[in-house]
Amino acid sequence: MSAANDAVTRPARTVDKAQYGLAAALLIIGVYTIIDARGLTVGFGDPIGPRVFPYLIGSGMVVLSVLLAVATSRGDVAEAEAGEDVDVTSPADWLTVGKLVGILVLNLLLVNLLGWAVTGTLLFAGCAWALGSRTLLRDVLVGAVMSVASWYFFWELGVPLTPGILDGIL
Amino acid sequence: MDTLDLLLDGFGNALTPENLLYAAIGVLLGTFVGVLPGIGPAMAVALLLPITYGLDVTQSLIMFAGIYYGGMYGGSTTSILLNTPGESASVMTAIEGNKMAKRGRAAQALATAAIGSFIAGTIGTLLVAFFTPTIADLAVEIGAPSYFAIMLLSLVLVTSVLGTSKIRGFIGLFIGLTIGLVGLDLSTGQARLTGGFLELADGVDIVVVAVGVFAMGEAMWTAAHLRRKPVDVIPTGQPFMGRDDWRRSWGPWLRGTALGFPFGAVPAGGAETPTFLSYITERKLADRKAGDSEFGEGAIEGVAGPEAANNASAAGMFVPLLALGLPVTATAAVLIAALQTYGIQPGPTLMADQPDLVWTLLASLLIGNALLLVINLPLAPLWAKLLRIPRPQLYAGILFFASLGAYSVNQDPFDLALLVIFGGVGFAIRRFGIPVLPLILGVILGPLMELKLREALDLSGGDLSGLFNEGLAIFVYALVVIAIVLPVALGRFRRSQGVPAQDSMEEVDR
Repeated sequence: MSAANDAVTRPARTVDKAQYGLAAALLIIGVYTIIDARGLTVGFGDPIGPRVFPYLIGSGMVVLSVLLAVATSRGDVAEAEAGEDVDVTSPADWLTVGKLVGILVLNLLLVNLLGWAVTGTLLFAGCAWALGSRTLLRDVLVGAVMSVASWYFFWELGVPLTPGILDGIL
Repeated sequence: MDTLDLLLDGFGNALTPENLLYAAIGVLLGTFVGVLPGIGPAMAVALLLPITYGLDVTQSLIMFAGIYYGGMYGGSTTSILLNTPGESASVMTAIEGNKMAKRGRAAQALATAAIGSFIAGTIGTLLVAFFTPTIADLAVEIGAPSYFAIMLLSLVLVTSVLGTSKIRGFIGLFIGLTIGLVGLDLSTGQARLTGGFLELADGVDIVVVAVGVFAMGEAMWTAAHLRRKPVDVIPTGQPFMGRDDWRRSWGPWLRGTALGFPFGAVPAGGAETPTFLSYITERKLADRKAGDSEFGEGAIEGVAGPEAANNASAAGMFVPLLALGLPVTATAAVLIAALQTYGIQPGPTLMADQPDLVWTLLASLLIGNALLLVINLPLAPLWAKLLRIPRPQLYAGILFFASLGAYSVNQDPFDLALLVIFGGVGFAIRRFGIPVLPLILGVILGPLMELKLREALDLSGGDLSGLFNEGLAIFVYALVVIAIVLPVALGRFRRSQGVPAQDSMEEVDR
């Protein structure tokens, strides 16, 4: 439907090249699902077995990836999701996204070593910094309060988050 | 009469001072999170799920009820006081609500939204209480073939009715189904799509998927396209309504409720359609009555109707959820996941096995709804201040709580890695305009569908006729065919008549 609309409103055909990437990713996932299912054994007296459903889903994914690629070549463009704080017209700010992913990965690597109280603080202050905050000291303090408070909160609930290097202090 | 007694028993369970406190905390937290821009009710429930871990089942149900209605109410506050709505269900509220606020009538808009939500939620929940037992009684008789067919219908409706692009709907669905495959096969115990990771043997925790796709994905997507200009928040005082506002709100509240409930109860994508219909209805009625209605400049009817429809459909979704175990909205899917962490599997047998639980939940919903009104009317100016939180700290906070939520499930960094991956999925589906609802329903319903499919075909020894040996199943398949063929046929017909197949939204914007 959007393809038809775009053909009317935009005389120059735009091809969203990133959508080919999505189609390729879906193709790989679909094919992998099928290959993975081939390794399963079907027992006797089990008419359906564990393979049929993955086969159906994998094949469906492959078909969809082809359809998407065809639609893309015909000028089908995605309608990116808008939101309260989202400016869809601006180009994607990959630097900020990269910083955020880096901080999140750092958090998951360090959380067992340093403990949630420490990495949670870094996580909050780091993300705020990546998103453009320049009140670093305040962010660290807010982050520290939130992560220590959440640590105690979950401790009370009987869910011990890792204390890490602060073991014995908290 | 029977139903009333059971509901009163439910109240007996829910109405202790301690439980009321949990309900109040739930309402406050739900509203707090729901008011924050970019967070809808589904995300609010997903983010707040971990705080109920230490509670017993009854208390956590009560808290969920508060969080659920609080999140809904928070969303409408945001859409009235900010220019742009966060979720599809608030789009209609935002049109007139924001105009009312700009004319200095924010207090009245918030009041009619809150009272309308209360009325619609109460009537809706009572209807759930009266319908659910009957449907659950019937549903116990439903066999595996019909169950499979009903789930298929639900997925087809959600995928093809909503959104502008069917192919994207189906891509979302199949991504969800693929995620649902991960883990040990239910009957043979063989690992599927785990890539050798032992952590994935139990499947991907739905909380991690929901928080990743909703919260992480949203925060990442916003980070990539953050509006670098100050937000325009309209200040508000204590909500109140004059006599004239009351007179004009009654009709829309009741009509909105009547429209919203049935749409919530069938799998047609939740509140989007009924809020739209309610808006159109009120607009037509107002035009007929006055000639030149206030619509377009901030008519209170345009807030009262859609808000009531939104909340009535939010209540209506509990009918398929409790009677059939079928989630029809993203929020329902997250609620199912929440209930599953307590070993509760919603469905026809739940009503028979643990009726007190169901009635406590329904009573809690009514209590949460009432508390929402009592607590939130005075607090509205405070909530409005929340909208001014600087964006870097706001989204850093969302990422912080998303990580906390995922980490607290098993205290395993592996879940944090999954969270980042699903955050990437959430980012991608926003970038490529893929709807999130089919995805999340695919994750929940995929494994259930496989179970019922294999149950049905085991009985028939693998013969495909095993899927069609119930009258109900054949009837539902007929509906599936109609749901697929009808939109295509209508589109053809319209085109042949020379009417452009435009989105009905355009009519509203004119």
